Amino acid sequence: MLLIYCPYCQVERAETEFACRGEAHIARPADPSQTTDEEWVEFLYMRDNTKGIAAERWRHIHGCGRFFNAVRDTVSDNFLKFYKAGEPKPDLEALAKEAGK
Amino acid sequence: MKRYSFLELAKNAFSAHQNWGRQWRAPEPKAEYDVVIVGAGGHGLATAYYLAKEHGIRNVAVIEKGWLGGGNTGRNTTIVRSNYLWEESAALYNHAIGLWQNLSQELNYNVMYSARGVLMLAHTVHDVQSAQRHIHANRLAGVQNEWLSPEEAKEYCPPLNISKNIRYPVMGAALQRVGGTARHDAVAWGYARGADSLGVDIIQNCAVTGIRRGQNGAVEGVETVKGFIKAKKVGVVAAGHTSVVMDMAGVRLPLESFPLQALVSEPVKPAFPCVVMSNTIHAYISQSDKGELVIGAGTDQFVSYSQAGGIHITNHTIDAICELFPHFRRMRMLRNWGGIVDTTPDRSPILSKTPVQGLYVNCGWGTGGFKATPGSGNVFAHTIAKDEPHPINAPFSIDRFRTGRLIDEAAAAAVAH
Repeated sequence: MLLIYCPYCQVERAETEFACRGEAHIARPADPSQTTDEEWVEFLYMRDNTKGIAAERWRHIHGCGRFFNAVRDTVSDNFLKFYKAGEPKPDLEALAKEAGK
Repeated sequence: MKRYSFLELAKNAFSAHQNWGRQWRAPEPKAEYDVVIVGAGGHGLATAYYLAKEHGIRNVAVIEKGWLGGGNTGRNTTIVRSNYLWEESAALYNHAIGLWQNLSQELNYNVMYSARGVLMLAHTVHDVQSAQRHIHANRLAGVQNEWLSPEEAKEYCPPLNISKNIRYPVMGAALQRVGGTARHDAVAWGYARGADSLGVDIIQNCAVTGIRRGQNGAVEGVETVKGFIKAKKVGVVAAGHTSVVMDMAGVRLPLESFPLQALVSEPVKPAFPCVVMSNTIHAYISQSDKGELVIGAGTDQFVSYSQAGGIHITNHTIDAICELFPHFRRMRMLRNWGGIVDTTPDRSPILSKTPVQGLYVNCGWGTGGFKATPGSGNVFAHTIAKDEPHPINAPFSIDRFRTGRLIDEAAAAAVAH
């Protein structure tokens, strides 16, 4: 079980308090009527499914209920960073270097 | 290939079974093949076997990063069934059920397919309605499935607790009698031996590091740790690592890889006659021929390649098992492990051509690919040989995510597949 830090509550809690909501920083198409089928496929279904360092969304569902983002190594499951929703995507390569990956 | 028979067994007894010989060769890769299959699990080996046997394409290599059958083929809970809701799925899984019936004879290898019945429990009014809907849909699609009352379910599976005072009492069950179990390793070994004897090269300990494409975008071959291997057709059957392999060719897929766990108990005498699944409270149990209780747990909720899942996931399953089968409460668990399963948004597999010419993909089996092994290999071999899908796997294209013709088994089959 993972230990997860909620950047809103500023506490570390067990994974069972949280729900993972998949890859982070996927923006909904700004103008749906002008969006092609291929762009919809990309937005709705295609995922990086990264083996390595990736950003993902979590929700503190049994706590504050808020969404936030985290950077995790999907091979070791170690978290490298937690940050609030709306903050820009961190430089994953720099984070990986810092962690010695 | 040395055919296994009673006579062979008797003959080899005189030499103390020392001279059986290898079941397949360990060749070095040739410079070029007609078809290269990436991944020597059950599905990949079956694909190679049917390419050689049914389509006459024998200049085939199966390339494997580890050892054959060492991924999800050797890690699953060995359940065979075909009671899926939609017609497309019913056709695909029933095709496999048809091939399971004679697989041991076909491969001259005992895959220990045992049609002991798969019992899927209903615990709520919604479960009952959903199970009966499945049964009706199945029967219309020619798939065996029937409804049992709690008492009939207990008669079929005596260890089952049908008392009314448990948290989720059993309100009935769907039974597919043709469902059951098979020996997972033997399936991989049988297909490997069969494919090898038809001329297929199985190359183990040979990771693929790249997929080379030519000027026109078509596949030219694969880069491996043992050098470049030329091939005009490449079939990727890499399960949890499909996204990683396909990324080498620049193809994106609608996949997410999750750890899925299973565990076995200490071996005991035969105590459990069938397979029982409960999607609602997530119990999933059968007994192997060795005597171990084989228990399937759920997936973790996040993408991971760690081949290890959270302990709370297995605990959850054990809770359900203890409530449904109180006499297993003092059993000790021997081992647990995880495998990485690639899931699609509609929880149906992808058996498809890709936008890259000469590149084919068989993936997305999620938590339940073992049961489909023979059928999957059979239709995927057809897809590669003819460069067009078999009618059975035509609906399972990548393109369905663009057209919207999804095969939505996610809601239909709940958690356990």
